[in-house]
Amino acid sequence: MHSPAPLSDPFGLSDSALFYIDGSFSQNCKGSACPKPAMRRNAPRRPLQGALYRYEKHESGEPKPAMRFLSNLVTGLGLGSVYAIIALGYTMVYGIAKMLNFAHGDVIMVGAYVAFFAFTRFGMPMPAGVLLAVVCCTVLGVVVERLAYKPLRQASSLSVLITAIGVSYFLQNAAQLLWSASPKMFPPIISTGVLKIGGLSIAYLTLLTIATCIIVMICLTLFINRTKTGSAMRACSEDKDAARLMGINVNQIISLTFAIGSGLAAIAAVLLCANYPTVTPTLGSMPGIKAFTAAVFGGIGSIPGALLGGLLLGIIEILSKAYISTQLSDVIVFGVLIVILLVKPTGLLGKKLSEKV
Amino acid sequence: MSTKATPILEVKELGIDFGGLTAVNDLDLAIYDKEIVGLIGPNGAGKTTVFNLLTKVYKPTRGSIFFDGKDTAGKTVVDINKAGIARTFQNIRLFNNLTVLDNVRTAYHNNIRYSPVEAVFRLPGYYAKEREIEGKSRELLEIMELGQYAEVTAGNLPYGAQRRLEIARAMATEPKLLLLDEPAAGMNPQETDDLMRMIRFVRDHFEIAVLLIEHDMQLVMGICERIYVLNYGMLLAQGVPAEIQANPDVIKAYLGD
Amino acid sequence: MENKKGILGYLLNNRHRSRTISYTMVAAAYILLEILLKTGNLSNLFTGLLVPATCYLVAAIGLNLNVGVSGELNLGQAGFMAVGAFSGVCVSGVLAGTVPPVLRLILAIIIGMLLTAFVGFLIGIPVLKLQGDYLAIVTLAFGQIVMNLIMNLYVAFDSTGIKFSFVESKFTLGEGGKYLINGPMGATGTERIANFTAGTILVIFALVVVYNLIYSRSGRAIMAARDNRIAAESIGINIAKTKMMAFVISAALAGAAGALYGLNYSTMVASKFDYNTSILILVYVVLGGLGNFNGTLIATVILFLLPQLLRGLQDYRMLIYAVVLILIMLITNNEFLRTKAASLRKKKA
Repeated sequence: MHSPAPLSDPFGLSDSALFYIDGSFSQNCKGSACPKPAMRRNAPRRPLQGALYRYEKHESGEPKPAMRFLSNLVTGLGLGSVYAIIALGYTMVYGIAKMLNFAHGDVIMVGAYVAFFAFTRFGMPMPAGVLLAVVCCTVLGVVVERLAYKPLRQASSLSVLITAIGVSYFLQNAAQLLWSASPKMFPPIISTGVLKIGGLSIAYLTLLTIATCIIVMICLTLFINRTKTGSAMRACSEDKDAARLMGINVNQIISLTFAIGSGLAAIAAVLLCANYPTVTPTLGSMPGIKAFTAAVFGGIGSIPGALLGGLLLGIIEILSKAYISTQLSDVIVFGVLIVILLVKPTGLLGKKLSEKV
Repeated sequence: MSTKATPILEVKELGIDFGGLTAVNDLDLAIYDKEIVGLIGPNGAGKTTVFNLLTKVYKPTRGSIFFDGKDTAGKTVVDINKAGIARTFQNIRLFNNLTVLDNVRTAYHNNIRYSPVEAVFRLPGYYAKEREIEGKSRELLEIMELGQYAEVTAGNLPYGAQRRLEIARAMATEPKLLLLDEPAAGMNPQETDDLMRMIRFVRDHFEIAVLLIEHDMQLVMGICERIYVLNYGMLLAQGVPAEIQANPDVIKAYLGD
Repeated sequence: MENKKGILGYLLNNRHRSRTISYTMVAAAYILLEILLKTGNLSNLFTGLLVPATCYLVAAIGLNLNVGVSGELNLGQAGFMAVGAFSGVCVSGVLAGTVPPVLRLILAIIIGMLLTAFVGFLIGIPVLKLQGDYLAIVTLAFGQIVMNLIMNLYVAFDSTGIKFSFVESKFTLGEGGKYLINGPMGATGTERIANFTAGTILVIFALVVVYNLIYSRSGRAIMAARDNRIAAESIGINIAKTKMMAFVISAALAGAAGALYGLNYSTMVASKFDYNTSILILVYVVLGGLGNFNGTLIATVILFLLPQLLRGLQDYRMLIYAVVLILIMLITNNEFLRTKAASLRKKKA
């Protein structure tokens, strides 16, 4: 039976959520490979790094509630940053190709495997491994778009959705055939230390995750707003036919969108696996669905919306795990989504839809 | 005309703003039983907006609309139809995947009713009501000269027939006032002539009032008994066709300065 | 008007042809499979697939009402199946020993269906305020919520009555007490009372409900609201009401299917009904054709059996399934083939 190795938990989740974003793993893995909650609780506790460790060490003197909240908030921001980077992929593809790319989560999975093999089998240094993952995912994204989605430009959105589901099944099962269903342990990518600011300690990994998200956002915003290609993208998302008339190669722009989205998925994959180091063929589905939720949350098609949605989702998830219930965190996350959509039917930063009569 | 008793539709000081833009302002209208009234004006004058106000697609910013003697404030699109106003659309809005006959059948939704339970268990009420719906629907299709198309999918109809189907569908809701938004748009002169005949027949046969927006002056001057002219959301002129044709303000509005 | 051409003409005229074909297909399949069963010519594997196949058929027929006829993408059908499944299991568990199995099955399905219809109504209130992809994602969210809630639900039954508890199992059971739903472990020790005949009857029931609804005042209103919302309102159709009707009936059918499904297995976990299952059913519906219930029947059976038929290929079967899915979409949406098919059809007519 596969026994979970003690892992660093820089997100400082409660221990039942140690290895995965809740549900991502348990719902898809079957049989002995799946660590049952009871097992996890009984697993030998070696000193853990990160926020969680600090709580356990100071069992006698509980950390101050305010400090604990702050720490959870930072953890939530870290998780939210991962969601945000994934959500960017969803939102860009939706904004330009007007399709729900259900296979996006599985691109993350492929990125995770590529990075895993780059680090372990080929012993590549961190930046090189990340770069390799980004390149592979970008190529994958473009190839999938060319082969499966491009022939469906004129088809109904449901046909495209089903095709995306087919691609998702394909990638998951191909990964299972190539790399087997048994989980692989992702190696740590940076020092597992913590940064102490006053009473608050933040794992370097969390800082790296948040920083990466900020950098990605800045680069993407500059690209979209300051470059010619970026404005072509905006034009395509407004009105593809008009953009075509203006001489924009719409097919190229769509390919580029998939390339960027998939490249971001690779970055997200490395960050995700650095935080939750179990690599399986289905690792992308739950974060994928959550990030998709985040994109809708923020207003699908809107880049700042994806960031806002991702961060909020991460924070809500961590806070509900910390203060309400681990088991019900998904209920709360999806519940908040529903409430937000009822108040703002096109998401927080989404454009209003109206039909001319 | 104006000496008649109460009008079926009475609009008082109606106005609507979109953001800072005033689309319709200070509009007074009155339509009496069995009248055919035209609403004309240059592009962007706010004609369709008036229809959308009358049918509650938009809520008015100012003023009031009385239909059949009752204030319509607070009513919804559905309520207004139930109260007796039916309309067609400038950009045709049919149920494209349903047959021509089903398009009309659908519109008997509120006038010939039976419950979903009767439908699912095929109780006697279902058969009786369906027969009634079918009979009336086919009659309307004959009036609008669409009988031959009954089983054709609405989306596949020729353009002119689609416009006529919209009228048939609106009539199936058994209105007291029919609003037609550019019914002759895209029709050739022959089709327009036929349409005029049909509109008159519908008015006489069902004894309803008709308010129509139209750019085709042949049709407007041919069948409208009174005309309102709208410009920049305001009433520019009103009167019988001959008065309107001679009105210098109207000519100026149409031909520009 | 319809009786002019005799009974055959009636059955095969445009309005009735599709349902005549549906009922014939189901009846023929049932008779054939029953003969195979009785003569012992059906492998254990296939025998075990019969009831689940009918469950998926019913859920897919319901979903097609919502997605195809009402035009609202629903990614949470499995959540409704879960409600039906676990309520059905509870009903059957409580009545075990006092009510004979056949009646118990019927009661479980009816109660499962009604309860799911009610849940569908509650969920429909917020969901149907949204449109398009936003509506779809919210149904997905609700599906996940329902599944997660059931995973935290504990229901037990002993001589003192039924006990409920949430998140943690807090009760001690008296003599002869047993868990009906045990949180993440799901339903255990369920008596397997579902059978193929019941499944077939349920499929026929679903078809009758859906077809009779479509060719009626309400069905036309649902389709009108799908084709053109604004026009439908303009002729006095209450959009919220019609959409709700389709949503609730769709949910109710999923609930009935779930109840049958739950009573076909001795153990069942709620995570079986996650969004992957919803998507699976959606795939059946879309490949069968939106609003086309014969298509739903055929596509569901083929796609449900495909992975089993490919069993010989072992690890490759899901890969092939995925490729088949993508290829079907690419081929059916191919511009060239489409125009070819259309011109062929024209020639025939």
